[in-house]
Amino acid sequence: MADESTRDLEQNDGQRFDRLPATPAEQTVEGRVSREEVVDYFCDRFGMPPETFDDYTFWEKGAGKIWIYGGEAPTPLEIEAIGMTCLRTRQEHWKPTTDFVQRFGGRATDCVIELDPEEARAFATGEDQEIERWEGDWGYLIGAHEIAGDLEPIGIGLYVHGELRSMVPKGRQREL
Amino acid sequence: MEPLERYRPIIDDFDAFLEACERPLGNAARVNTIKASVERTLEALEEEGLAYEQADWNPRVLRLETGSPGSTWTSFHGFTHGQEEVSAVPPVVLDPQSGERVWDSCAAPGGKATQIAALMGDEGTVVANDNNLGRISALRFNAERLGATSLAVTNADARNYSLNRFDFNEFDRALVDAPCTCEGTIRKNPDALDNWSEGAIASVSGVQKGILRRAIQATREGGTVVYSTCTFAPEENEAVVQHALEEEDCRVVDFDIGLEHSPGLTEWDGEEFDSSLERAARIYPHQNDTGGFFVAKLEVTA
Repeated sequence: MADESTRDLEQNDGQRFDRLPATPAEQTVEGRVSREEVVDYFCDRFGMPPETFDDYTFWEKGAGKIWIYGGEAPTPLEIEAIGMTCLRTRQEHWKPTTDFVQRFGGRATDCVIELDPEEARAFATGEDQEIERWEGDWGYLIGAHEIAGDLEPIGIGLYVHGELRSMVPKGRQREL
Repeated sequence: MEPLERYRPIIDDFDAFLEACERPLGNAARVNTIKASVERTLEALEEEGLAYEQADWNPRVLRLETGSPGSTWTSFHGFTHGQEEVSAVPPVVLDPQSGERVWDSCAAPGGKATQIAALMGDEGTVVANDNNLGRISALRFNAERLGATSLAVTNADARNYSLNRFDFNEFDRALVDAPCTCEGTIRKNPDALDNWSEGAIASVSGVQKGILRRAIQATREGGTVVYSTCTFAPEENEAVVQHALEEEDCRVVDFDIGLEHSPGLTEWDGEEFDSSLERAARIYPHQNDTGGFFVAKLEVTA
């Protein structure tokens, strides 16, 4: 295995989109994650089936900001946006975005916390709340509630010490 | 309403037209099928106790009876997107297919671009462009909220748009929902006519001609270009399409839309337009109790 500290790696260019390398072995940019690691994360943490992402590519623009895209594009690419932001890497714990979780979180089987109507409303307004019943892992969870006969993801929350902290971004919070 | 007087000779039942323009418009929303089916969305609205009416011409277009359509679970989840009923017409006329490459040349704030993505089952490439960086943030916000993963967002002047940034060199379809004098939005924006002038029409029509020409050039032979505005001025509508017919390889084609409308004009103010412009649609506020719109569908020829 190559010693990463001695590999001569490029720096991330925050002005452009670069497609993630398929595997860690193909990494050419310092600190950049691979497609394999991203898909593994969604599958391991949330139990999403890996084939969920077969028709998508993953990109980095800005250090650790990962985007998921279903269309065609060359790499590198200097435009405003492709698809949607899905994940923050380059921090101790990777953090999925609320919009990604709303779009793809329905396929999750793990780390989904079902909220009752009152809790769901509080979560959507960005409130933190004491929830003692969670027996699973701590860390980032998908907050979900029942709507029109199915469980529907609301957004991402951080669960620690019996508290669910809503990570729904300010601009997406709503009084419902 | 004074500026609208110039349309008295071309609008049937002009008094009903003026009356409609004075009535405020209700809330409308489009079901975003990227996030939820129409059936599930309707069920969610019913659970929330929100009354709605489905548009006859399009089951995905809803008239909502609520004072705050943004403060609903359906909106929060992106099952619905607030969008004026007639503004949902151009993407339907464009009729994009799954897997295609489609250009929305003036896309912000993204209602039509995300509707195009939804019509394609979010499969393919929708290049959503706008020349205004400030409005691009609204476009990006809406695209993410609505879960459109097939969208690529660019910030450029559509009149000299370059495809060099992509791997392909032509689109299958293009929408030119052009910047315009917005006369048709008077029911939503009571001050829409405040800065009205014939000079404003003349200056914006030059931009419109440039964007429509570029859209035709960037679309493959046999591909489709839809030109639309939310204004009544023939200088911004038929005259712009007429200019494209004269300068580019294209023809005006028919389309069906289940909304009451009037045909496009073949003359205005002493100027004659090609007879095919009758195939365009002028949608007036009194015809369907909506805002006003103009839509023309073009096929790119050799």
